Amino acid sequence: MEMVALATGIMLGLCGVGAGIALIAGIGPGIGEGQAVAAACEAIGRQPEAKSDVTSTMIMGCAIAETTGIYGLIIGILLIFVAPGIFSGVLRSTVEALKPLL
Amino acid sequence: MSEEKRGRDARFRRVDGLLIALMILPLLCCIALKVLYTPESQGVDISGAMIFLEIPFPLQPLIISESQVNSWAVILTLLGLCLYLTHGLTERAETKRQLAAEWIVEKCEGLVSMNMGERYAGYEYLIAAIMGLSALSSLSCLIGLFAPTGDVNVTAGWAILVFVLITRQKLAGGFLNYLKGFTEPIPLFTPMNFISEFSTPVSMAFRHYGNVMSGAVISALLGAALGGLSRLLLGWIPVVGSIPLLQIGLPAIFSIYFDVFSGLMQAFIFAMLTMLNVSGAFPQEAWEKRQQKKTIRKQRAALAKG
Repeated sequence: MEMVALATGIMLGLCGVGAGIALIAGIGPGIGEGQAVAAACEAIGRQPEAKSDVTSTMIMGCAIAETTGIYGLIIGILLIFVAPGIFSGVLRSTVEALKPLL
Repeated sequence: MSEEKRGRDARFRRVDGLLIALMILPLLCCIALKVLYTPESQGVDISGAMIFLEIPFPLQPLIISESQVNSWAVILTLLGLCLYLTHGLTERAETKRQLAAEWIVEKCEGLVSMNMGERYAGYEYLIAAIMGLSALSSLSCLIGLFAPTGDVNVTAGWAILVFVLITRQKLAGGFLNYLKGFTEPIPLFTPMNFISEFSTPVSMAFRHYGNVMSGAVISALLGAALGGLSRLLLGWIPVVGSIPLLQIGLPAIFSIYFDVFSGLMQAFIFAMLTMLNVSGAFPQEAWEKRQQKKTIRKQRAALAKG
């Protein structure tokens, strides 16, 4: 029983660490979208009459650049809210199976 | 004359009422189902779609989940909306609803002809359907329903549809050309091309699902956090303390971004990517070249005959 508790604690901690590492993926889209918006601001400043076109293209590009960040976010959310539920059953059965050996 | 017109008006209004009922009733039914099926539990609920029914089936049980039922409701609502807008069309637009319907159709045709070119006429129905379904699905979480687009199975289904369309467009250039497309620019790139072929639907599905789902999760976490905060700050007041006052109104401000803006945005982007991918699968130049070859062959055949 103690073994299960210890293993579950380690598993939960590692899930949290994994989620934190997965969210590093947010850095890239942040920088990229910032550059895209900066370029769009420049373009609007240079050519104010093309504002609507530039804005719609920028939003489109931002949403596509956001994808990698969203992947990281999905993995983080799954690791925190879904993975513990899946892994705890696996852990318990593994510990049960290993009990005779220990 | 006036008697006849009044009779028609009464019938017209009755049909209108039926159509409005068709718009509203499915969503109400979904809310009722959700209220009936939600288990009594406290705390943050981020469990995804509920499963209403499991039908036994040879390989694995067929699951009727919340996202499926909600999509059906959204489809019925959209059908009701379309019928309501196009009910009683006249040759010259007189009513506001006809103007709205014409505006929607014109916008969709303009969008498709701008992004896909003239030879893809007929795709505006598909694009409009995708846009309307996606937008309404994402917006359905505003009335407390589980947004069907927050389930990866729904968006993956749409992405598979788009993948089939893309492959169909690629096959339009001939099967051998399709196979040859994998070995470009050099044969070494074949595995990479193969992966990129399948990454298109996967990325489309995950982009849409991830945005909507993360918005829902953040909203749920925010609601729970505000409830805890109000209990902490106002809990000592006798009667008012039992009401989570901070939960009123504040989540709605965030939901403007996470639910409304993000949902409409993703609907637009999904439709846009569908158009770009489908029209990019068989580009205009290749099509023109092919048409030229065809005309030359025809001319030669005509010359040989003559």
